[in-house]
Amino acid sequence: MATMKYWQAVQLALKEELARDPSVCVLGEDVGRAGGAFGATAGLLGAFGAERVRDTPICEAGIVGVAVGAAMAGLRPVAEVMFMDFLGLAMDQLVNQAAKLRHMSAGRIGVPMVVRTICGAGRQTGPQHGQSFEAWLGHVPGLKVVWGSTPADARGLLKAAIRDADPVVVIESLSLWGQSGDVPEGDGVVPIGRAAVRRAGRDVTVVAYGSAVHRALAAARTLEGEGIEAEVLDLRTLNPLDEDGVLESLHRTRRLVVVHDAVGPCGTGAEIAALAAGKGYRDLDAPVVRVTAPFTLVPFVPALEQLYFPQAERIADAVRSVVRARRSEGRS
Amino acid sequence: MRHARETLLGLYATMVRIREFELCAARLLAANRLPGFLHTSVGQEACAAGVCAALRREDRITTTHRGHGHCIAKGADLGRMMAELFGRRTGYAKGRAGSMHVSDPDCGILNANAIVGGGLPMAVGAAYAARLQGGEAVTVAFFGDGAVAEGTFHESLTMAALWALPVVFVCENNLYAEMSHISLHMKDPDVHHRAPAYGLPGRAVDGNDAVAVYEAASAVVERARAGGGPTLLECKTYRWRGHFEGDPQRYRAREEVAEWMERDPIRRLRAALIDGAAATEGDLDRRRQEILAQIEAAVAFAESSPEPTAEDLLSDVTAAGTS
Ligand SMILES: Cc1ncc(C[n+]2csc(CCOP(=O)(O)OP(=O)(O)O)c2C)c(N)n1
Ligand SMILES: [Mg+2]
Repeated sequence: MATMKYWQAVQLALKEELARDPSVCVLGEDVGRAGGAFGATAGLLGAFGAERVRDTPICEAGIVGVAVGAAMAGLRPVAEVMFMDFLGLAMDQLVNQAAKLRHMSAGRIGVPMVVRTICGAGRQTGPQHGQSFEAWLGHVPGLKVVWGSTPADARGLLKAAIRDADPVVVIESLSLWGQSGDVPEGDGVVPIGRAAVRRAGRDVTVVAYGSAVHRALAAARTLEGEGIEAEVLDLRTLNPLDEDGVLESLHRTRRLVVVHDAVGPCGTGAEIAALAAGKGYRDLDAPVVRVTAPFTLVPFVPALEQLYFPQAERIADAVRSVVRARRSEGRS
Repeated sequence: MRHARETLLGLYATMVRIREFELCAARLLAANRLPGFLHTSVGQEACAAGVCAALRREDRITTTHRGHGHCIAKGADLGRMMAELFGRRTGYAKGRAGSMHVSDPDCGILNANAIVGGGLPMAVGAAYAARLQGGEAVTVAFFGDGAVAEGTFHESLTMAALWALPVVFVCENNLYAEMSHISLHMKDPDVHHRAPAYGLPGRAVDGNDAVAVYEAASAVVERARAGGGPTLLECKTYRWRGHFEGDPQRYRAREEVAEWMERDPIRRLRAALIDGAAATEGDLDRRRQEILAQIEAAVAFAESSPEPTAEDLLSDVTAAGTS
């Protein structure tokens, strides 16, 4: 077991995979000589050379498109798109190309590529560097989407993504960048498609992912003092969703709150709520509550940012409301 | 330049194969025997034939919505292509994707793309992979004049030149993007003029002269293979039929079409072959008959193939679901 920061865990995963498999390569803006806009690729150029650690011009469609072509031709490229907000420029290559080629080639051509991208939420990055677009990505058949909330998962999910036969978008949280955690010895691969119970509890399930997991845990600690035992389930993979993980937790707690930094409409929370309302219907003792960003732009100024992204207190309030709620309420 | 008789006959046969395949598909569509859209490259066959004759089997291509010709010239199976047009299970995409989507890794067809400009960065990526893997493969990106305004054109040429990758950008400038004449979408209609600004050579060639295309393509492909970097090769050509089958073509004059039909690439090579005593009328007619029989067989194969099933609808979305 080693303790390291989130970004160092990302760097470790890249280093380990580049060393393990000669078909792995890394490309993106500033990834080579500069060592990454946020340091995650520092040292890789020196260790693996400029061909495998490829500095690119500023051309997100091109970067992702090159990764698609390279993956089709036998490499396992890891393309970096500096901020999730910039995925818009690369969306065609991701959605129309990477995600579709296996199906359109009758299963004969796979696209084993990774797009690493950073979510700047919570770091005063503003309306064009702080958005959470995971629901766009989760909506695409053929794309997988993962988001680690700890150094161990940032490493383990990235490694799983690199080894996966399909295109995977790996989202990283800038707000967790400097956060430390234990990273296991050995391979440490975290399987795609499996959620993790971060804190067990019997009264309510709080589903979250990315940096919101930590605010959900803070809320759970507050609630513990009030006699409410919240279970915090870290999704880790948004697509394919760990339906069983969510339903099993709901089965135990019979109440559900979903937390994310993205806005609510058409979001991941709606998907989880639909799962609960469908397959989990018999287990629900209270309405599902979503705690999301309001349907407006991401602010930059800290005071508004605090209002915008779900904070522990808002999550705790939501939990209190569902714990108080009765299924029979409103029916009479 | 002198060329082996086999090379010239090969160019001729490829062009006839493309022409007859597409005319056959157009007839089938008109008779309501094919679903979906169909974009033919009739009139432009010399580009596909000439470029692909300069390629090896392990070389790769990406192509477009107007890609039947490139795929046929690169060695795609006519039966599987026809089956895809019919939407049958034996098609290149199990009948799920249609005429605009052919991938055949066995002969280097990465994909045909219904997104204008979509294939360019992929070709750059494949070339990057080829070099990293230490192979000799060259990748060709085929695209139309309409793709030149897309960001991916700019991005792809920028990267390919910067990294001196073994990729050739082949623009088939047929003077139209859908219904729009080139004067409506491009200030300088000589696409190859753009190349120097990206730091790669640009060349133009008569895209209705299969031999000229072959010679130009051979030079730039071998340059790429030898580590000399990418080239932008512009083939000046023209499509005889509508943008899609059924296009009423109100945007152009019949005289213009007739003028270009005078420059039929197949008739031109046929005349040259006969003049040069490389073949007789009879030889070439026999060759054509053989090709017609192959196409007939392809149609029969397609029509006798099963339809895709409900399971096929769901398969091959991820590796776990790949049959
Ligand atoms: C991104 C995108 N925009 C628009 C279209 C619709 N479209 C299909 S073909 C075409 C024209 C393409 O012209 P060109 O590249 O010159 O190819 P050509 O049809 O002449 O072979 C257009 C606009 C598309 N398929 N993809
Ligand atoms: Mg055109």
